[in-house]
Amino acid sequence: MIKVEHLVKTFGTTHAVDDISFEVNEGENMVLLGTSGSGKTTTLKMLNRLIEPDSGSIAIDGKNIIGQPAEILRRSIGYVLQNNGLFPHYTVAENIAIVPNLLKWDKAKTQARVAELLEKLHLDKNYLNVYPNELSGGQQQRIGLARALVANPPVLLMDEPFGALDNVTRSKIHGEFLALDELKRKTIIMVTHDVQEAFELADRIALMDKGKIIQIGSPANLLFNPVNDFVRNFLKEQHLQLEFKTIKLSDIWEYLPEGGKKINTSLIPASSGVWEALENFKFYPRENINVLNQQNKEVRPITFDQLMAAFSKYKNHQSHE
Amino acid sequence: MNEHQQTLWEFMQQQADKLGVQTMQHIGLTFISLFIAVLVGLPLGIYITRKKQLSGIVLGIAGILQTIPSIALLGFMIPVLGIGAKPAIVALLLYALLPIIRNTYTGITGVDATVKEAAVAMGMNKWQVLFKVELPLAMPVILAGIRTATVINVGVATLASYIAAGGLGEFIFGGISLNNTNMILAGAIPAAMLAILFDFLLSRLQKLNFKKIKGAVKFAPVLLIFLSCLYFIPSAYGSKLTAGFTPEFMGRQDGNLGLISKYGLKIHTIVINDAVMYKAAQEKELDVISGYSTDGRLKAYDLVVLNDDKKIFPPYYAAPIVREDALRKFPELEKTLNLLAGKITDSVMTELNYRTDYLHQTPERVAKDFLVSKKLYRPERGGNEGTVRIGSKIFGEQYILASMYTMLIKGYTNYSVATKTGLGGTKIVFDAMTNDQIDFYPEYTGTGLLAILKASPQTVTRLQVSKDSTYNYVQHEFAKRYQIKWLKPIGFNNAYALMMRQKQANELHIKTISDLKRYLERK
Repeated sequence: MIKVEHLVKTFGTTHAVDDISFEVNEGENMVLLGTSGSGKTTTLKMLNRLIEPDSGSIAIDGKNIIGQPAEILRRSIGYVLQNNGLFPHYTVAENIAIVPNLLKWDKAKTQARVAELLEKLHLDKNYLNVYPNELSGGQQQRIGLARALVANPPVLLMDEPFGALDNVTRSKIHGEFLALDELKRKTIIMVTHDVQEAFELADRIALMDKGKIIQIGSPANLLFNPVNDFVRNFLKEQHLQLEFKTIKLSDIWEYLPEGGKKINTSLIPASSGVWEALENFKFYPRENINVLNQQNKEVRPITFDQLMAAFSKYKNHQSHE
Repeated sequence: MNEHQQTLWEFMQQQADKLGVQTMQHIGLTFISLFIAVLVGLPLGIYITRKKQLSGIVLGIAGILQTIPSIALLGFMIPVLGIGAKPAIVALLLYALLPIIRNTYTGITGVDATVKEAAVAMGMNKWQVLFKVELPLAMPVILAGIRTATVINVGVATLASYIAAGGLGEFIFGGISLNNTNMILAGAIPAAMLAILFDFLLSRLQKLNFKKIKGAVKFAPVLLIFLSCLYFIPSAYGSKLTAGFTPEFMGRQDGNLGLISKYGLKIHTIVINDAVMYKAAQEKELDVISGYSTDGRLKAYDLVVLNDDKKIFPPYYAAPIVREDALRKFPELEKTLNLLAGKITDSVMTELNYRTDYLHQTPERVAKDFLVSKKLYRPERGGNEGTVRIGSKIFGEQYILASMYTMLIKGYTNYSVATKTGLGGTKIVFDAMTNDQIDFYPEYTGTGLLAILKASPQTVTRLQVSKDSTYNYVQHEFAKRYQIKWLKPIGFNNAYALMMRQKQANELHIKTISDLKRYLERK
């Protein structure tokens, strides 16, 4: 879907982006992770030519984007900014309808699409005629997302989209983000410096430092097979939590004991992470939770100790491979 | 002329027509120049946000324009654009440019970078970014600049009357010259109210929300053009010749009022500042001007004085007038000032004025040459027995006289001298005197009689019989009312006079004011 080859950008003597290449598959969530100054935002902004690369090529759907008029290109790529970048002089409805108006959609079509998005993003219709400064940060960010999605662009670029939000709002929006079916079909490239966020939202992560990609791969790949000390150190602090989030119940299914006694009705799918399973424990004596394997519909009730034991066995097994 | 003191309200009612015309001219001048300034300043302000390296130069030049004194700027305009509306509009336009360019620049560069980036990223082209995002968001700041420019223009437009462009300055400067407080206020109060009104209206516009401002901004050019048109409504009538009179001359019984009542002269008249009037006459912008019979420019510009055959211009014999307490404080002063008494005739004064006004010699040099030739000059003694403060009005002859008195005091006494020259018109210099800011200045009998004492028409008629009766009357009245003493006359009579270009007067066979009237009435 997106193919970046030998991309270079220098500002003065700083090599902001230093000969990087990567591919993003259709429907994939690629997260560019790194500290500030690592070149991740510069890379993102070259994809819709807010920054023009010095050399290298970028192809979307097999077409080189450098040859296209920048304005036309940008109308087919959604863009979400950290500080939402909503127009303060436009109402919510006008803000969302910017790209449809540039594309000269007819009014009825635009209105219908705006209403549809508002509903999907759980925003009240009464907000249509208010100005952005009357909304909360979380609501503004949802409007920013709606504005990026309105014209159904196949590609979505997100520059620290949740960076300005408080922790509670952020984790709530993360949930909505993962659940939103509009986003499941999109090819998304997201920039963040937040490791937790990257691991929660990414299909694959490209960890960047000093303008280069140090490692690119799935969250589990980075976590368990770091290519060097930089990657290891980058993830060190939150390692256990990241493991709980990355390892799924289905991964440790074979270590979960069979034949436990079902003493409550809770049900958690095996596609969930260990972290989620832990969150389901309410911690009373002989408590267990019921894990459902979607493939064979088998349910295994397990206790906290059994879950921890399975996790430990899985990790031992991984490191001996 | 009035037995009871006329109130401001009575004056404004009496002059309602003129006040209306001047107010409309004032609004017109303000908004024509503002309109053009927006047309120039807004695009320029936008341009320098795109070419940031030019912003320093452009804002610098606009800033320098702002610091040029308004009178000087108007003066520079005359050789290029003549007199009247054109130079006034250009000068006002130049003053209005800085706030408009600067606020456009500040407003646009101040738009949130994230919002601009979003606009570009949505796929807007550079014109869409400008018109849909940058300009709307910068509009409150740009409007603030236009608001500043408007208030500046309302103020500076009062000076337009100096170069015959009309406006409320006619009353203000006429009033200052005539020592007529009502006239000053009749111009100044409406001017101040216009400034406050426009400031208020624009502040309301600035506070409108984004929705309403869109409509208002579209409506604004129409309103601007409408207000600009006000300037052209009043100037509907003309005549064969054009006269340019000073604001002072316009309001005086021994000036334009006398020309109308005694001669029945009807001529298209514009009000103009003394400093540019002669030049305008020479350049054929004006045909008839009001001047002074000893003015050096008479000779320089080849003008001729029309004979005052009905004797409406009273004698204006010059003499120093001194505070009585100053005479007590400086016992040598009276004797010294009287050294000049009777020494300067009309023709001598015209010659001296010619040397300063046209040959551009310094008043000090002209004064010294004269004193040396009359064997009156003595080197400075460098004394320090107190400081005599000399005042003067703001024209050449007064500067020369002030220089002569300075040299005489320094040469003949042990006093030192502080000069406060260039004190505007009669009102300013006379107020400075009564408020003990100066000790003496040269005044004219006619001015004392009419502008300061405001003598009734009966008194004026009675006194005009002779030079001496006027002198005696003002001497007596000044001593009684102001404790100011008139010393001996210097000799020359700098009376008002109507003048024309020599060549034109000959062609039209005009020698007297009555000839002029007959010429104008001929179809």
